[in-house]
Amino acid sequence: MGGRLTLITGRTREQAIGMHKGKASKEYRCATELVEMNPDDMTRLRIQDGGLVRLHTVAGEVELIAKAGSLPPGLVFVPMGASANMLVEAETHGTGMPSFKGSEVTVEPA
Amino acid sequence: MTTMVEHIACTFCGCVCDDIVVEVEGSRIAGVRGACVVGRGVLDEYDPEVRRPVVAGREVDWEQAVGAAAAILNEADSPLIYGLSSTAIEAQRKAVKLADRLGAIIDTTSSVCHGPTGLAMQAVGEATCTLGEVRDRADLIVFWGCNPAASHPRHFGRFSLTPAGALTPNGRADRTVVVVDVRPTGSSKQADHFLQVNAGADFEVLTALRYLARGEDVEAAAIGGIPVSQLRDLVRTMKACRYGVVFMGMGLTMSRGRHLNVGELFSLVAELNTYTRFSVIPMRGHGNVAGADQVLTWSSGYPFAVSFARGYPQFGPGEFSAVDVLARGEADAALIVASDPVAHLPRAAAEHLEHIPTILLDPTPSLTASIAQVVFPTASYGLDAAGTAYRMDNVPIPLHRLFASGRPTDEEILDRIIEAVT
Ligand code: SF4
Repeated sequence: MGGRLTLITGRTREQAIGMHKGKASKEYRCATELVEMNPDDMTRLRIQDGGLVRLHTVAGEVELIAKAGSLPPGLVFVPMGASANMLVEAETHGTGMPSFKGSEVTVEPA
Repeated sequence: MTTMVEHIACTFCGCVCDDIVVEVEGSRIAGVRGACVVGRGVLDEYDPEVRRPVVAGREVDWEQAVGAAAAILNEADSPLIYGLSSTAIEAQRKAVKLADRLGAIIDTTSSVCHGPTGLAMQAVGEATCTLGEVRDRADLIVFWGCNPAASHPRHFGRFSLTPAGALTPNGRADRTVVVVDVRPTGSSKQADHFLQVNAGADFEVLTALRYLARGEDVEAAAIGGIPVSQLRDLVRTMKACRYGVVFMGMGLTMSRGRHLNVGELFSLVAELNTYTRFSVIPMRGHGNVAGADQVLTWSSGYPFAVSFARGYPQFGPGEFSAVDVLARGEADAALIVASDPVAHLPRAAAEHLEHIPTILLDPTPSLTASIAQVVFPTASYGLDAAGTAYRMDNVPIPLHRLFASGRPTDEEILDRIIEAVT
């Protein structure tokens, strides 16, 4: 059973640089197929830095590389891109804007 | 022979830096000076090769591709036109004209970035200024829910942190910088004060700031994870500054509350003008997403999510916005301009594009190109096409043509499609 956390997605420098090389490039994939987590959350959930984890939301599931980052406990960050969008629900609550930040997510070692 | 061309604009982000120097060798870029690490990729990776349009996986000539696109659009009952934030306003105008002609829905990437900001502008209004005023006058800069160090790398150096301005001759030393975000970032490291807000709690923090600014008391010890003493200090700094500016980003628009968060910030900024001068500037992402809002607003009355299905423009965020229209399976054809929705929209919306005939105008290969029925590899504005982009503060910046490539522009292709549809 993985931990219930909150997912935020967003731009990173590496994602933007990788995009110019093309979305099939190694640079882009390395930049977007990862999840940054709070180190204490990682210890609690037995997740290794650099290890493969499975993320699950009501929208879908994806496997990403876990990386320790400067996040407060309970929050995980996935760079914007096709991987992050497997996890984001299309519901916009009448605004046109999906919940790119703030969805509930479970994370467990893959 | 190489030529140095000065004052070239980078079109990657909303800073639209127009001080880039490019070394041109024929139709090749031999060197780039002045662009940041994320922007220079646009220039470095520019491929001068002229590619032919593709219909159903086969290369065709431009006329055949225009015919195929027109046939798809003529056949459709409810086509969606989407993207537009990385093309020039000249092409955006044609996209609106095509939407009007077809009775189509037109939406831009604004709906998944600052769409909620547009809603707040309509509800509250926006006290704003230009980036030139920020550089010359502002002595207090607040970044709320944005991280320019990653997304707009030259913003600090050109406008908001270090440049010397008319009333800020000592650059960084003349400015107080505050960052409010859910996590420490590259930007918060450069701030004088960092306030870490709990995810999804921006609205209550902004409400508390409005209360405190009015002189009301707040009884709680902390709001949204921030000690009230820090909020009191921030209000004191805001009221005491000579010219304050808030830059706000996706931390507000994409989180719970969305337009209500932004509206609360806009209200706070308006109220601070009782005590001093205060402005807010949305941190626009794509190079000409501000232009897309401008063009849609001046031609239809609304900034995004517009339907022409009834023969007149109707505004409907949640109804005519791309994510909703696609996820509900309502669009039966799509025309995408300079955008990659297959990579950047939630999967449930993106996958509908694989099930309907999709037409794409884009100079760069993308995930959307790989699923599109018709692909037009058009010219890049600011490289092999001239046009205009609006910077994040809505100042229009000319995009020059560096060399002739023979590729048609988005504007030309849209014009030909307009002529070809019935
Ligand atoms: S800050 Fe933005 S506009 Fe300026 S060079 Fe970098 S990417 Fe281009």
